[in-house]
Amino acid sequence: MALETQDIRARSATTVESAPNARSFRPEVAKLIDLSRCIGCKACQAACMEWNDLREEVGTFQGTYTNPLNLSDQSWTVMKFNETEVDGSLAWFIFKDGCLHCADPGCLKACPAPGAVVRYANGIVDFQQDNCIGCGYCITGCPFDIPRIRKEDGRVYKCTLCSDRVSVGLEPACIKSCPTQALTFGSQDEMKELAAHRLVDLRERGLSKAAIYDPPGVGGTHVFFVLPHGDRSETYGLPRDPSVGPVVTFWRSGVARALGVAAMFGVLVAGVLHYMRYGPLEVPDEADGKSGKEAQP
Amino acid sequence: MTNSWVDIKNADVILVMGGNPAEAHPCGFKWAIEAKVKNKAKLIVVDPRFTRTAAVADFYAPIRPGTDIAFLGGVIKYLLENDKIQHDYVRNYTSASLLVREDTGFDDGLFTGYDGEKRKYDKSTWTYQLDKDGFAKVDPTLQDPNCVFQRLKKHFSRYTPEMVERTTGTPRDKFLKVCEAIASTSSPDRTMTSLYALGWTQHSVGSQNIRCIAIIQLLLGNMGMAGGGVNALRGHSNIQGLTDLGLLSHLLPGYLTLPTDADPDLQTYLDKRTPKALRPGQFNYLSNYPKFFVSLMKAWYGAAATKENDFGYDLLPKIDGGYDVLRVMELLAQGKVNGYVCQGFNPLSSFPDKAKVTAGLRKLKFLVTIDPLATETAEFWQNHGEFNDVDPSQIQTEVFRLPSSCFAEEDGSLVSSARWLQWHWKGAEPPAEAKGDLEIVGELFLALKKLYAKDGGVFPDPILKLTWPYRIAKSPAADEVAREFNGQALADVPDPKNQGAFLVRQGEQVPGFAVLQADGSTACGCWIFSGSWTQAGNQMARRDAADPSGLGVTPGWAWSWPANRRILYNRASCNADGVPYIPTRKLVWWNGTKWVGNDVPDFKADSPPADGMNPFIMTNEGVARLWAPAMTDGPFPEHYEPFDTPLAKNPFGKVLNSPGARVFPDDWKAFGKPEEFPFVATTYRLTEHFHFWTKNARIPAILQPEAFVELPEGLAKKRGIRNNDWVVVKSKRGQVRLKALVTKRMPTLAVDGKEIEVVGLPIHWGFVGQTRKGYITNTLTPPVGDADIQTPEYKAFLVNVEKA
Repeated sequence: MALETQDIRARSATTVESAPNARSFRPEVAKLIDLSRCIGCKACQAACMEWNDLREEVGTFQGTYTNPLNLSDQSWTVMKFNETEVDGSLAWFIFKDGCLHCADPGCLKACPAPGAVVRYANGIVDFQQDNCIGCGYCITGCPFDIPRIRKEDGRVYKCTLCSDRVSVGLEPACIKSCPTQALTFGSQDEMKELAAHRLVDLRERGLSKAAIYDPPGVGGTHVFFVLPHGDRSETYGLPRDPSVGPVVTFWRSGVARALGVAAMFGVLVAGVLHYMRYGPLEVPDEADGKSGKEAQP
Repeated sequence: MTNSWVDIKNADVILVMGGNPAEAHPCGFKWAIEAKVKNKAKLIVVDPRFTRTAAVADFYAPIRPGTDIAFLGGVIKYLLENDKIQHDYVRNYTSASLLVREDTGFDDGLFTGYDGEKRKYDKSTWTYQLDKDGFAKVDPTLQDPNCVFQRLKKHFSRYTPEMVERTTGTPRDKFLKVCEAIASTSSPDRTMTSLYALGWTQHSVGSQNIRCIAIIQLLLGNMGMAGGGVNALRGHSNIQGLTDLGLLSHLLPGYLTLPTDADPDLQTYLDKRTPKALRPGQFNYLSNYPKFFVSLMKAWYGAAATKENDFGYDLLPKIDGGYDVLRVMELLAQGKVNGYVCQGFNPLSSFPDKAKVTAGLRKLKFLVTIDPLATETAEFWQNHGEFNDVDPSQIQTEVFRLPSSCFAEEDGSLVSSARWLQWHWKGAEPPAEAKGDLEIVGELFLALKKLYAKDGGVFPDPILKLTWPYRIAKSPAADEVAREFNGQALADVPDPKNQGAFLVRQGEQVPGFAVLQADGSTACGCWIFSGSWTQAGNQMARRDAADPSGLGVTPGWAWSWPANRRILYNRASCNADGVPYIPTRKLVWWNGTKWVGNDVPDFKADSPPADGMNPFIMTNEGVARLWAPAMTDGPFPEHYEPFDTPLAKNPFGKVLNSPGARVFPDDWKAFGKPEEFPFVATTYRLTEHFHFWTKNARIPAILQPEAFVELPEGLAKKRGIRNNDWVVVKSKRGQVRLKALVTKRMPTLAVDGKEIEVVGLPIHWGFVGQTRKGYITNTLTPPVGDADIQTPEYKAFLVNVEKA
């Protein structure tokens, strides 16, 4: 089907069938964020704004180096700063927040609008705002709290892993701007090899808890981390064992669909019975809404 | 930098002290990360603040601002006492064995010869013992009590770990851990690089801070080595080029010095500046001073500079004292200056004691600012509420604003910290009426010249006779100026070793400073840049990234002064026999007939090791100076407290502050006392901004929108301040109101029995630009500078902090 030729491997609220295609070799890409090399310079944050033409309003000081305080429709990546202690010594955890491009994306699963969320063959999870209905289910579905709704147009936005740049053989803008190679980009296999190599060095330096963050609960990610203190993922700002929530999983499951169909059929039957019993009276609006809601988790 | 940015990757230990490269030099800092990742280097950070650099360090130790000499003096003592020195190197390549005069000494905070009235030393006893030939006497056994090595040991014997802890507030165990890491590089096969910036220089003892690390690196044998060196990370793009070209009041291009009233003629001037060798058989490269100076005069005055008129020597001004920024502001404040031209400079934001600067600017008749951006200085007369509370109707200064281009809107070269001259090409036309700086200066010069030609004047010759050979007189081109810096032969220069041959023919670009002559047959605008634009073309425009040695030397990438040499003193990377100390990091070596290598040898190419010429060819000793009699405050560094000090007494001796630092009479009252201002403050940059520039751009303004002060938790508790509260920070010079960031990263230190809270003040805000308006941080800083070069003491002063 056409989606195959667009390198789309998964599409929200759509069943994508594998089409016959001999030209199927597409290495999956990945971004490695090595926090042991990150100096929190925010070059990636600036580059993201530059490339994607995003501009927040100039804010105010908020008691932290983190500016703006969180992701938004105008900030698809934000450097976050956390002071903490490790073994009694002061440490400054600097973390690059943004979309992890899950292999099994909660946003895509949760999205009811056909084609508003897609996953490409190279692993990038992208939002197609022209298909977005602004329901915000993707926000609920994301275990990392990434997508943000834009007030002005009611559509949802997030990091695209610069799918426009990647599709023409360029690295994402953040990668290009990183001065210390804390950010690297390549095939998923290469990045995993590099990450494993970094762990050897960090452990030699006495960082025995250093770890790779590539959570299986979302099928692994196309943006993964080398954490110098792997046992402290939550201090960086990463959930310990993220997974696509049971509600979303249920919502996308066959049972939910069957229930949905049953509910719709129920409404229909109820309507017919209602008609047979009371005649052509107006059906109250809220009945529709109610049954609709019942089908939703 | 003695080495280069890329060379940092070769280091085994990286000492970051007096700087914060991850924050202020993030692009160059990649090489420190590279050293960690590829070379298993240990990164050590010593800083009053837990910085972004500290965030990726292997070890961090806090220190009280302004006590680096106490810390580093402690390191020197540790190295000497624990025998952690590179013996071969210290004996052969440093002044350790030279004997100083018996009658010179040090007593309770002062070296011999101090005059308290004049606040000045008579340095005549700070010299070597000379033999009958005028050479310094030596004791190769290093046992003579007057040899530099024994004097060094004695001087720093007082810098015990106890004294270090008591003075700096650095916990002893942390200090010793840093010592161990540093000492690990005393073995000949390991090196440490020192990365420092304004955290060492912006002190009344700044130059002596640098002397300390020079001594340490020499004791460890780390100078001239790949992965070693003393590396100043410059604070602005092309600030290295600025100093190279002599844009300081007492300098001429290439670090030649301006004549003074004590130099009535050329011969006197040259005799004083042309050193005589202090040891036999040494190169003493600066004996070529006359060649560099005469070639400079030929570049400036051309045919008007003749042998008969001392090559135009009388056309040069004879300086009557330094005109550093502090003195110029003092003169402004005294009303002694009519006009002031700021080119790419924002004094109101950049200079200490904003109130004094404002008072000075108000007394000017006219102020010219040449800048691509609106600056606070250009708007000093405008009322910006509490941030700049002035009454324009009371200010008569006429302000001219000449918009200039940005670097990307012009061709030219930028000199990096690594001494690389890198050519760049114009990327866009400057907007609207903006013009390149060369054009602005060109037009100004021609207008002045016309006036002098018409009206005469007291002394029009320096203007009227200046060579101005440019294609378009009102707009000299970057390539023309660059060729002038390189130099040209004005006549055929014969080869003294090969009769009938020539080193360079008339009209040719010279291949390098080695062919410059003192007879007027060559012209060269900046001798250290000679070789950058030769007959072969623009060497600065080269972009060959090939690195055959793998050491990051890249000889075909741009051009590095001097002579495309990437690592200074690289002869010292070999032992006395000319064999590299580290076989895997070979920079240069003696191949049996000459010196060759991966880098350009910093040595006389044909001098065999057996001849005993020593590697430090720019000194007249031939060896590196552990003892430095040119310094204002003494031949060895000594700890003195900042002028705003929290202590009543210097723990090291009876002299509280730098005895030689210049303080203007009216400024003594500008210093604060701890009773009124109990906290120690320091100022600095943040990654998100570049000085007072990037606040004019939206993205950096988003990333760091508003002024704040960083406060330790202890201080916040004492003053009842919570994170994100508004606070007022006061010093003896003024006060600012801004937001508080209460953080564990600012220390509370135990110093001399007192609890010292350290307050951090980023500098970036002002009343012009896209960020929130803020006070100028330099409202708070003191009007005193380094004893040697007058760099203002921005890094250590006293404040009080209260909830607003």
